[in-house]
Formats: sequence, structure tokens, C-alpha cells
Amino acid sequence: MNKLRDDDLQLLNGNHAVAWGVRLARPDVAPVYPITPQTPILEKLVAFQSEGQFDCDLITPESEHSAMAVAVAASATGARVFTATSSQGLMLMHELLHYASGSRMPIVMFNVNRTPAAPWGFWPDQTDSLAQRDTGWIQLYSETAQESLDTVVQAFRIAEACELPVMVNHDAFYVSHAVEPVSVPEATMVQDFLPRTKRSLWLDTGLGRSIGAPAGQEAWHASRREMDVAMQRVKGLTREAGRLWGEATGRAYDVLEKYRTGGAELVFVTMGSMAGTAREAVDKLRQAGLAAGLVRVRLFRPLPLIDLRSALVDIPVALVLDRNFSPGMGGILHQELAAGLCGQRGPRLHGFLAGVGGVNVPVERLVALAREYQNAMPTFEPIWLE
Amino acid sequence: MDISQYNDHGQFCSGHAACAGCVEALTMRVILNEIGPDAVGVVAPSCTAVILGGYPTSSARIPFLHGLIETAAAMGTGVKRGLAAQGKDDTTVICFAGDGGTYDIGIQALSSAAERNEDILYVCFDNEGYMNTGGQKSSSTPHGAATGSTPLGKATVKKNLIEILAAHRIPYIATASPSHLADLAAKVKKAKAIRGMKVLIVVIPCLPGWGVADNEAVKVSRMAVESGVFPLFEVEDGLTYRVASEKSAPVDAYLATQKRYRHLEGAQIDTLQAEVDFNYARLKALEAISPA
Repeated sequence: MNKLRDDDLQLLNGNHAVAWGVRLARPDVAPVYPITPQTPILEKLVAFQSEGQFDCDLITPESEHSAMAVAVAASATGARVFTATSSQGLMLMHELLHYASGSRMPIVMFNVNRTPAAPWGFWPDQTDSLAQRDTGWIQLYSETAQESLDTVVQAFRIAEACELPVMVNHDAFYVSHAVEPVSVPEATMVQDFLPRTKRSLWLDTGLGRSIGAPAGQEAWHASRREMDVAMQRVKGLTREAGRLWGEATGRAYDVLEKYRTGGAELVFVTMGSMAGTAREAVDKLRQAGLAAGLVRVRLFRPLPLIDLRSALVDIPVALVLDRNFSPGMGGILHQELAAGLCGQRGPRLHGFLAGVGGVNVPVERLVALAREYQNAMPTFEPIWLE
Repeated sequence: MDISQYNDHGQFCSGHAACAGCVEALTMRVILNEIGPDAVGVVAPSCTAVILGGYPTSSARIPFLHGLIETAAAMGTGVKRGLAAQGKDDTTVICFAGDGGTYDIGIQALSSAAERNEDILYVCFDNEGYMNTGGQKSSSTPHGAATGSTPLGKATVKKNLIEILAAHRIPYIATASPSHLADLAAKVKKAKAIRGMKVLIVVIPCLPGWGVADNEAVKVSRMAVESGVFPLFEVEDGLTYRVASEKSAPVDAYLATQKRYRHLEGAQIDTLQAEVDFNYARLKALEAISPA
């Protein structure tokens, strides 16, 4: 775990930690539409603004669809733009998500992972953002309030370096509303970490260039080739941002977090707050003599395949814990890993639908799961964790 | 306006992609020249987007953001706020959208921008249907007009968008017509000087969509104004109506210029005439009760 320094600690919930990160990142424009459980981010930003601590144009459009349309257009002028949403709001934005990445707008969005209706629910579940995996957005998943603050600042640096939008996610309530001690960095440190950069394409009355005009097949094709090249830079940029952040704050980040994987006979693989439960289960299993470990995926898009392969190649068993559900297939991280590890030596991969709809997954359940599947053969069907 | 004396500033270029005889290009030329070089445009997918041209060309000198069909007003907001945040608050932001993108799918974002009184000039080129996709009905399609999706004639009346916008109490709303270019230019000039939300609705007879002869679009738009089907008027602050055009001709001659109305029979034409008479009288009544 990362060390906290005592001098700058505040008690913050996950969403207020995000708002602190946004305040430190100094966006010019922030169109935001309220939705549970994202709303405390918006409310905290408004509070900062009313205290004169946050010089940003906060706009309140009538929907998330318009919020993202405002975000894209403001970004197209060269402004730094932030927005935040959750669940239904993110899904309403879907059309614009493709537009934002296709037009290469370095927008940063925070999404609070929440179950999609129907039925209505307000519980942690990553299906909302994972269903946006093909939209061309960089996706990062945070485990704690501290990581959410740190990551939202790093996200602007990554986005502006490769001119692609970044979505940072944390789980509803378990992270968004849980209060933890959070270290808030100095504004001057963040200014050095995140300088203003000149964009390669913006709406300039002096130049008259248009953005997004209808393109022929070859120009359209070229736009996606260029996105691909940009995406290939993201892993390095994410790693660099995490390393530099570590030098400045003592809290370094990588694209994956590996916990006690040395000599492991079995690892859990997961994203978001489930990693906290898995980490405890690893400790208990190690105490009881089973060499368990954890691989937490922090960067999901682009998926750091080479890193995942090398992290897992010598481990006999991997249990993938998905707090999401793709009906007809199973867990989305499980699918991605199965595809990514295909054709090479690697662990026996078991996919579990763990905590779908926010149901609790206790440490003891994961301990028992490790013992149960330690020697089992994998199945194609997803396994529902009861 | 005597077009031979027109002082063109070159803000709209030749070689654009409008249909031969289309008056939307003429209208865009007048609007873009009046707006001038210190402006950024947003265009929704529409005939206008086609006329502006595909990558890497543009028929406009100012930059355009080619947005999504329902986003013109929201993207206009974003451009304006983004520019303002960087100290470029004087740059005019102009949105172009069709009636599909305005009356139908874009009305939610338009209402929101109007409610916030965003400092943008929103221009709707109203050809009374989805003409860029081959001529289907929109909520702006008039009563009785045949379209690809209302082959027997639309059963309901055209949505009164101006009264909806007026209810938002925005500073300026106006109608305009390619048959009255000096009036159009004056309205653009007036709107440009106003801070806040401005909406201009321009009637655009669609040659294939309405079944109008290639050389008759200006004449048909003039008849739309003079018959009272599309009166020229302004609404300031949502309350003060100023009607500039007289209703001086019957509707049947206007209807006879267009194939979309040729299935209509006598009683149906009488119904449309009665609707136009009522709407024009109501407009005059709103003008009469307007605050001084």
C-alpha cells in the first residue's frame, strides 16, 4: 500500500477526492449533469467555485448527452474540459463518446460505476463503463479515494499527451461515498506536473480549419489508424505519469498492480474496489500456506496485454473476478484475458461473476473459492458467485 | 437587395455542393458575409453540412465544427464557453441546423441553451422535412404536405417552434426568407449585436423535396411570405412581436407551385386557407398586445 503523509491528510469520500483532483487540474470548462451516485463530485466543485477556489466555467445542460456535446465543443476550442457521470448518464452519452475520441478531444471524465437499469439499482457494477470499451476512450479503474484523486490529475496529463479522452472509474458507494484519509497535494506541485500544452487541432478563426467534416473512405480509415498509433502510446504515458506522480508524492502507479505474485500458485485478477477484498483473501491464504497473489488491472483500455501475459505466464491458476455481466458471454475482464492469453503458455483461467449488482463478496468467500478452484479445470460458462 | 450590387466579402466560396438552384446556398452566403471573419460555426448533419463540403475542403472561410444532429445548440454552447474561457468572448458563435435537427431531435438541447440564454446565433434552415435523407416528414412539415413518410399528406399541423422559443423569453427570434435578402441581412446584423440567445428560422423551399421547378425557389419563398404561410416577423424577449409582412395573396396559388400539395382537393385547400388565416390573425393579435 502507498504511504500517506500526515501533514496534508483530509477525511474525504471518494467523490470529494475526485473533486479535489479536478480542482488541482484546473479545467477551463466543466459541463456536468447530476446523477446518483456521481452528484457529490458536482456539488463539491460548485462549493469550491463559490468559495473562489475553483476558476472554471461550470455549465448545467439538460442531459448527459448535451453535457458531453458541450464538452466536445469546448475542448475543440482548445480549452481543458472535465465532466462526470454514472450509469444511465454514461450510456446516454454513448454516441458522443465515439465523437469525442474520433475528433481527438482530450476530455477527462469521471464515471462512478453503477448498475444499469432495468431493474433500477444504485449499486456498484462496472457494466456501464465496460460497455463503452470500443468507443476509443482510455479507461482507468481506481480502487480507493486516494487513487481517484491521484488518477484524475494523471488522466489530464495522459489525455493531453496523446489527444485521446480518458474515463476514470470507481465503484458506486464502496468508493464514491466511503470516507477515508486522503492526502491532497500542493497546487504548485500539480501545476508543475500538469502544465498547459498546445493542441495540434483546434477551432481557430485565423486558420479556418473545420473539425469532423464528412470524410472519404481513405481519410476515415486514416483517422482510425492514427487513433491506433495514439492508443499504442497510452501504456507508456500512463506508466510515466504514475512514476512522476510517485516521485512528487510518494505514491507511484503502474498499469497493473501486482500484490504478492512472487512464487504464487494462484492469483485473483480484478478491477476496482473488489481488489481490496481480494488483497485480504491473499493474505489469509498465504498465512494458511497457499501461495496466493493479486493482479489488479488499473488500465483497462488500452489493455496492457504484454504486461498481463508476463504477470501471469508462470502462475498455474488465475481466478478472474468480474463485477459486471455481459449476458450470453459472462464477465468482461474474463473475456478480455481469455482472448489476450490465447495461444501462449499461461494459467488455467476461471471466470467468476462476483458481486454483480453490488452484492457483498466477503473475504472468506474468496478464500474458499481459491481452495475450490485450485485444481479444477476451467469451464467455458461463467460461474456465478453466490 | 439588388444582388448585382451585393458587396460580397468572400466568406462563402464558390464550388460548394448545393443542388443547382438551391436557395440555401444563397442564404448561407448572405449570413456568412454578414457575420464576418471573427466567428466559429457549428453545423448539424443536414443539407447545410453537405453544402459546407467534406474534408479537406470547406465552402466557408470560418471554421466549422461538424456536430451530431441533436447537438447544434449544445455544441454552440461549448464553443462559446470554451472561447470565452480563453479570453475570446467577442467571437461570434453561429449554429446551422435543419428543421429535423431543430424541431425534432435537437429541440431538447435547443430548449436548454435557450433557458440558459447562451450567447449564440442559431439558424434553422427550415425546408419542412428531412430533405437531405430523401424527403421524409419532420414535425415542421405542414398540414397536408406529402413526404416520403406521409405519402397521403401529413395529418397534423406544423409545430409552432417560435411560440415554444418565445416561451423561453430569449432576446431575439426572427423568421426570414431567401426572397427578402436585405431583410435577412438586417436581421443577422441585429442578432449579431445582441448578447444572449438568438434564433433565426429561414424558409428554404427544397426543389426535389417540395417538387419545385429549379428556377422557382425564390418565387416560391416569396409566395410563402405573401400568402401568410411563412410570415416575416421578429419576437424580442419572447413578448414583443413585430410583423413585417402583409398577407396579400391566397394560399392556393402557393400550393399550386409544389408537387407535395398536388393531391389536395378543394375542401382540403379551404381548410389550409382557414388555418393560415387564423395563424396570421393570431400573430397580428400578439403584435397588438406586445409591450411598447
